[in-house]
Amino acid sequence: MPMTITEKILADHAGKEHVTPGEIVEVKVDLALANDITAPLAIKVFREMGADRVFDPSKVALIQDHFVPNKDIESAEQARVMREFAREQGVVNFYELGDSGIEHVLLPEKGLVLPGDLVIGADSHTCTYGALGAFSTGVGSTDLAGVLATGEIWLKVPSTIKVVYQGQLRKWVQGKDLVLYTIGVLGVEGARYRTLEFSGPAIQSLSMEGRLTMANMAVEAGAKNGIVPPDEITRAYVAERSRRLGVFYESDPDAEYERVITFHVEDIEPQVACPHSPDNTKPVSEVRDMRIDQAFVGSCTNGRIEDLRSAAQVLTGRKVHEGVRLIVIPGSRDVYRQALSEGLFDIFLDAGAVIGPPTCGPCLGGHMGVLASGEKAVSTSNRNFVARMGHPKSEVYLANPAVAAASAVLGRVGRPDEI
Amino acid sequence: MSIEGTAIRFGDNVDTDVIIPARFLTTADESVLARHCFEDAYPGFANRIKAGDIIVAGANFGCGSSREHAPLAIKGAGISCIIASSFARIFYRNAFNIGLPLLESYEAANSIREADRLFVDIEEGEIRNLTSGDVFRSAPIPQFMLDLIDEGGLVPYIRKRKLRPHRVV
Repeated sequence: MPMTITEKILADHAGKEHVTPGEIVEVKVDLALANDITAPLAIKVFREMGADRVFDPSKVALIQDHFVPNKDIESAEQARVMREFAREQGVVNFYELGDSGIEHVLLPEKGLVLPGDLVIGADSHTCTYGALGAFSTGVGSTDLAGVLATGEIWLKVPSTIKVVYQGQLRKWVQGKDLVLYTIGVLGVEGARYRTLEFSGPAIQSLSMEGRLTMANMAVEAGAKNGIVPPDEITRAYVAERSRRLGVFYESDPDAEYERVITFHVEDIEPQVACPHSPDNTKPVSEVRDMRIDQAFVGSCTNGRIEDLRSAAQVLTGRKVHEGVRLIVIPGSRDVYRQALSEGLFDIFLDAGAVIGPPTCGPCLGGHMGVLASGEKAVSTSNRNFVARMGHPKSEVYLANPAVAAASAVLGRVGRPDEI
Repeated sequence: MSIEGTAIRFGDNVDTDVIIPARFLTTADESVLARHCFEDAYPGFANRIKAGDIIVAGANFGCGSSREHAPLAIKGAGISCIIASSFARIFYRNAFNIGLPLLESYEAANSIREADRLFVDIEEGEIRNLTSGDVFRSAPIPQFMLDLIDEGGLVPYIRKRKLRPHRVV
């Protein structure tokens, strides 16, 4: 019987010939991950479950990224719990500071996720790795503790919404805009419990980083996972980073979808998600006279080298508008080093930006750029709910890196081609 | 398992940043989290709650982050269960995992008013509005999730059913 790519990955990991949407299956996990705010609770629960050793230390990744470099005593204590656990359990894939970065930027770079893998992470943006043709989804700390203890998890098989992107991207339109547009159409609940399968010519010609950005925000439409069927771009990306290639699944031509939606990307301009919801999207050109105080380029959504290059392209020879703070945070040490070697840091510094160490930082209002009452920011991150980035009376506009950079120069939400 | 409590109303898309702001994610202590539950959007919320109160909300309750601190804060504040027209999936799993029951009912969510007195039978999926006399049925809860509630959450479930054959510390 025909299956979608997601159904195939779940079936294989459940040891079954076939699965159907709605069915509950128990699957073996290839990679389990947690960060500095979710791991401490997962570790506590792991012990309460009576577990002694993690199921397979080589299949666990623990990354310090949210509140690092540690922002206060409590965060430092949580980091210590995580560090000691990693040491105790022999978890080699433990990352902090020097060789680290934002989890969903770092792990693909390290070749730790392969096509066909089943990844469970204690972080909602674990769906990011679907860009590599893996099944990847977020859970809470207790669920993650269960995986650490048993190497398995129960999942309800999702039905799939297939989104086909036809045509060629216009200038300044990136993966971020495609996914913001999609979330705007579906709504924050439109893909609740579903798989979002991203396909079509515009996806096939999208770089891996653009795909990672798209899969990253699948959760904002309520999706269980986002997935891009693996192809030559996937093969090239993985081959550079891992000795293994993984398994290249594809949806059967006659697989059943709950819904198929087609977009013509030539109709899509750079998008902005206005306060206070990721589905409150509109073309940037429709946001007028919206003065801003801060712009942020970074996060697991848009903290990769192509994102920094895009921002730098707009900022070359320009200066940030008076009264605007521009914060650039490369998503990992590799991104940081590469941006430095390409001369992007000079562009950022000349423009008046500050450049931070790899961290989630301001994305969730943690540190490194929290907003005061009445302040507005344009951010390349993924959520803009009330108080997401600071004071409940602050506002966040989500956008792609070029739009964030352009807005920093203009002093208001604006487009790269206005510069 | 049955619960009686007073309804506290919320709308649609109540997200996890609103339930527990990120700056409080440096602790997993239920009683500490409870004090900060809904702090930014509804200051003083935790003080208003009486143990056993029931949250009744619209669509997509608990959307956003995977932070388990969100249902922990709600449970810690004394909320006994949540009725909503729909739940975000990570929040759904997290709540059952920590033993906080959830019932999905569009009709109940659209009819129950603030301060209505409710009686809820989790296994039957029955919601009785004692104030109005209305009775609703929720979407059936998968047996597996009922087992989780029966055991008291995922921790006792795994202790008993998954790790027993292995050496347990």
